[in-house]
Amino acid sequence: MKREIFVLCLLLPAVLLFSGCQAMLTGTVKATTQAEKAGVIRPSTAQSITKSTTAVSKSIEEFTPEQEYYIGRSVAAVILTKYPPFTNQPANEYLNLLGQTLAQVSDMPEIFRGYRFLVLNSNEINAFATPGGHIFITRGLLRCCRNEDAVAAILAHEIGHIQLKHGIQAIKKARVTDAMNTIATESVRVLAPNEVDKFTETFGGAIADITNMIHNGYSRSFEYGADDAAQTILRRLGYDPNGLVEMLMVMEKNLKPGEAGFAKTHPAPQDRIDEIQRKLGVKYSPVPTPRERQVRFMKAVGKI
Amino acid sequence: MSRIRISLLAALFLCVFSRPLFSATNEFLSVQVKQGQMRSTPSFLGSITATLAYGDKVELIEDKGAWKMVAIRKIKGWMHMSALTTQTIALQAGKADVKTGATSSELALAGKGFNAKVEAEFKKKNKNIDYNTVDRMEALAIKPGQMQAFLKQGQVNSPEGAVP
Repeated sequence: MKREIFVLCLLLPAVLLFSGCQAMLTGTVKATTQAEKAGVIRPSTAQSITKSTTAVSKSIEEFTPEQEYYIGRSVAAVILTKYPPFTNQPANEYLNLLGQTLAQVSDMPEIFRGYRFLVLNSNEINAFATPGGHIFITRGLLRCCRNEDAVAAILAHEIGHIQLKHGIQAIKKARVTDAMNTIATESVRVLAPNEVDKFTETFGGAIADITNMIHNGYSRSFEYGADDAAQTILRRLGYDPNGLVEMLMVMEKNLKPGEAGFAKTHPAPQDRIDEIQRKLGVKYSPVPTPRERQVRFMKAVGKI
Repeated sequence: MSRIRISLLAALFLCVFSRPLFSATNEFLSVQVKQGQMRSTPSFLGSITATLAYGDKVELIEDKGAWKMVAIRKIKGWMHMSALTTQTIALQAGKADVKTGATSSELALAGKGFNAKVEAEFKKKNKNIDYNTVDRMEALAIKPGQMQAFLKQGQVNSPEGAVP
C-alpha cells in the first residue's frame, strides 16, 4: 500500500504540472525577458529560450480575424491605386445591400469588420476580394450581368474566396512563420523599434504576395471552390444558382482573348459552366426574375 | 483502503476530470470580431438579441454545429462560430475577465501583430496607396432591417424562411 501511495504522490504533481503547461509556456517567456533585463542571462541565451518557447507554443497557429482585416485593408488600398473607384452612390449601396445580405448566409458570416463592396471604374472584366472582407467588382464585369441573380453570383463567388481563405494562403510560408514568431514575442513584451521595422517589412511582403496572387489569378481549384461556395450561398438565400451560369454565358461573349482580367486569371467561362453543371448538378434554365427585383437591378447597375 | 489512499485517489480524480471546468479552451470562448451578434435561435433567422464587443469572454453552454449557445453577464443566446475563438483572449483593461484571462495563461493577441500601428508604418513608406477610399468603403454598413426590406422587395425567398 505504501508503494501505491508513493505512486499517487508522484502522479498528482505530474497531473498538476500537465494542467499548467500552458501557464508554464507563457511564464517561461516572461521570466526569460525579465532575466534578460536584469542581466541574469545573456541576450542571445534569452533569445534562444524565447524562440524555443515560441516554437512549441500552439496558441498562435494562424492570423486572427483582426490581423486578416489589417492585411485586407492594405491589399484594398493597393488595388485602388490601379483601379479607381466608381463613385456612384446608388450602385455602391445596391452592391452592399446585396453583398452584405449574401454574406450573412455564408459559412463565414462574421469577420472582423464585416464585408464591404465597391464598384471599380474599369472596363476590364474583373473582381477582387481581400482577406479583410473588401470586395471589388469592375463596371466591365457588372456589364456581364442581365439580372440581380447574376450580380449575386459574382458577389457570392468573391465571398467564397474569403470564406475559403484563398488570399491568406498566398502569403509565403517563411513570411507567415516570421509573423507568427513576432506576434508571439509581442504578446509578452513591447517590440523594439528594429523589430517593428522588420515586422512592417513582413507586412509589406504579405501584402505583395496577396496582390500578386490576385493580379496573376488563383489556381483553377480555388476558382472552382469559390464557385462551389457561391452555389451554396445563392441557394441558402433564395437566389437562382443559374445566375452564375447566365453571367458566365454573357462573359464568354464579352471576353476578348488576351485582355487583362478574367481572360487571364480565371478558367474559361465555358469550363466553369461545365464544372458547375457536372459537379454541382445544376441544370441550366433561364432565371425567372420578379419585376421589382429586375427594376431595382436596372436602376442601380443595369446601365453601368 | 486507508483514508490517505482514498483522499489521494479523490484528489487525482478531481484533477483529471475537473480540468474542463476550469479550462478556458474547453469552456470559454472569446469574441474575435469587432461586433459579435447574439441571436435568439441557432440560425440567421433568429433575431439579434445582443451585440458583443471584441474580446468579450463568453461561456459555452451548448454546441449545435456552427452555432454555439453562449452566456455572458446573465445574457444567453446563439452565436455563429465565425465570431468566436477558443485560441485567443483579449485582456481588456477594466473588464471583469482580465483576471480570468491572466490566470488562464493564454496569450493576449487582441491588437497584436498586424494592426493600425503597423499599417501606419507601412503607409509612411507607401504614400501613394489609397486608404481614404478604403475608409469610405468601410463606412457602408447595412443594418439587418434594411436587409429584410431588400429581400422582401425583391421577393427573394430563402428556403429556410426570412433572413437574417
